[in-house]
Amino acid sequence: MNRGLVGSFASPEALVEAILALRAAGFRSLDAYIPYPAHEVIDALDLPRSRVPFYALGGGIFGAGYAYLIQWWMNGFDYALNVGGRPLGSVPAFIPPTFEGAVLLTAFGAVAAFLGFSKLPRLWAPVADAPGFERASVDRFFVALDATDPAWDPDKARAILLDHGAEDVSLFGQPAGVAREEAT
Amino acid sequence: MDRSAPQDPRFQESPTYAKAIEEPQLLLTRASDTLLTSRLLQPIWQGGWTWRLALLGTGGGALFFFAVLLYTAVTGIGVWGNNIPVAWGFAITNFVWWIGIGHAGTFISAVLLLFEQQWRNSINRLAEAMTLFAIINAAVFPVIHLGRPWYAYWIFPYPSTMKVWPNFKGALPWDAAAISTYFTVSLVFWYIGLLPDLASARDTAPTLAKRRIYGVFALGWRGSARSWKHWQMTYLLLGGLATPLVLSVHSVVSLDFAITQLPGWHSTIFPPYFVAGAVYSGFAMVLTLMLPIRALYGVKDVITTRHLDAMAKLILVTGSIVYYTYAIETFLAWYSGNEYEMAMLLRLRLAGPYAWAVWLTFGINFIAPNLMWFKKVRYSPVLLWIVSVFINIAMWFERFFIIVTSTAQDFLPSSWHLYKPTYVDGAIFLGTFFLFAFLFLLFIRFIPFISISETKELRHTLQAEEERLGRR
Repeated sequence: MNRGLVGSFASPEALVEAILALRAAGFRSLDAYIPYPAHEVIDALDLPRSRVPFYALGGGIFGAGYAYLIQWWMNGFDYALNVGGRPLGSVPAFIPPTFEGAVLLTAFGAVAAFLGFSKLPRLWAPVADAPGFERASVDRFFVALDATDPAWDPDKARAILLDHGAEDVSLFGQPAGVAREEAT
Repeated sequence: MDRSAPQDPRFQESPTYAKAIEEPQLLLTRASDTLLTSRLLQPIWQGGWTWRLALLGTGGGALFFFAVLLYTAVTGIGVWGNNIPVAWGFAITNFVWWIGIGHAGTFISAVLLLFEQQWRNSINRLAEAMTLFAIINAAVFPVIHLGRPWYAYWIFPYPSTMKVWPNFKGALPWDAAAISTYFTVSLVFWYIGLLPDLASARDTAPTLAKRRIYGVFALGWRGSARSWKHWQMTYLLLGGLATPLVLSVHSVVSLDFAITQLPGWHSTIFPPYFVAGAVYSGFAMVLTLMLPIRALYGVKDVITTRHLDAMAKLILVTGSIVYYTYAIETFLAWYSGNEYEMAMLLRLRLAGPYAWAVWLTFGINFIAPNLMWFKKVRYSPVLLWIVSVFINIAMWFERFFIIVTSTAQDFLPSSWHLYKPTYVDGAIFLGTFFLFAFLFLLFIRFIPFISISETKELRHTLQAEEERLGRR
């Protein structure tokens, strides 16, 4: 979200009311910035299911396959080790590293997908310049409306936010002078 | 306790409510988010000379540890007490002991996450830091025990000009895979859980430099609801991944023993036996560390009697599995009818030269978990701490006697040779504690050791429930 309107609230309950009112007024490109994952806020936004598990599954299948195949190829073909006459491709003996490979790459898949979907690392974001936004990780609950929303109407949205007890409403992603002027 | 409570109409509405007020609460404070954040971040903004002094002391100890390791590496492991037939001695005992300790941290952060145990939230960060540092200590031993530790990388399958690959039919590559995966997944799990708190630290940092450092490590976390949704899913997945690791890592370690032919080691009971022992000893170590920190930093309202009670009960469960296994292992040795198995487990262990270590272990590991039946013990930090230290000692001796009895006196009496550690063995073991304490001191100084976002979430949930039930 590069440009939009953000309003702060003192409690997750107040934020939920405001989100529902914004949605009722036809705004759809909403996001909330909250210090802890209050489930009512996340539910109110009606976000799509996270697709992180697909990437984790992909990582897991790749990891298991890769780990098994390199063992099979290394000990069975490229450097065929005859240990006490046991079969070169000993399935049970290859299971522990296969399992570990699956777990490791599932974790990498999940984390990479999480970082990708959350667009991290991104040390600065326009919304962070909104006044008082540093409290979004401490004790304030923010809702932001994206300027690309087809129903974008900052005055209407501001009125709704203030109506539902917003402590502060401001535009972000504007040239500094404009933001200050409009925020008053 | 209010005896008239069952008549209370709220009990009909919520059976969990009845249970919740019967037990000590999870969180005693209902302070605002602002206060909770500043209180829990307090330790990372203020140092203090006691911390510096402690860091200096343990840092010196850690240097001493490296010096002894260097001495061993340069001179050769002949400076240790192990020799043929006892080739493992202190090194592998310490390895198994330290890696076992790590398991409780993963158990708390992963298994209890999947079971939605809210009491994990205030202690998981600390327990998992313990896991990471314990794995670091553990990993030192197999490497230095190689004798030529500079070739340790040969264990990994990398394309070399020698055209030689590791033998995956042996337990050593399994160990390397298990431990490196365990460390990596634990670290990632811990770090992902840390992101929101690092962002809080960034946003409340007193100086620009601190703001920038925490800002870089927070990766730009803003607490967007979308990110939280992915975060929750990722955290749950990592919890689901770490759960089988709790069971698999020590199973793989136990296979180092079980796939050999030695009496006393060659047993199918080993994987569950080692896992239970690992979680048991780990919980003891969590208590050993957490109880003093909880008192020193005055966070008894966040880590409450409820947490102590829950951990003590888990010690009771896992400890009971451990002494049950002692009995079954001994019984099966007799039941097998195998003369070597019987000689090892019934004669050489119970009445041999190391019988004192065996009986010390059996004694403590039978008494300690059973003390946890008593509420007085479970609710008393002092008693719990004393018991936890005894458990740590007993679990070290358990690994010691498993390793030493089976190797010192095996099939051929002419090759019997008893094991005696040298002062270098002792110095290295002592050194691991210094390194551990050094890393732990750095951790509690620079990273919020109680998860702030999870504590705030817990407070919010509890408060919402209380309001719903018309309390307060």
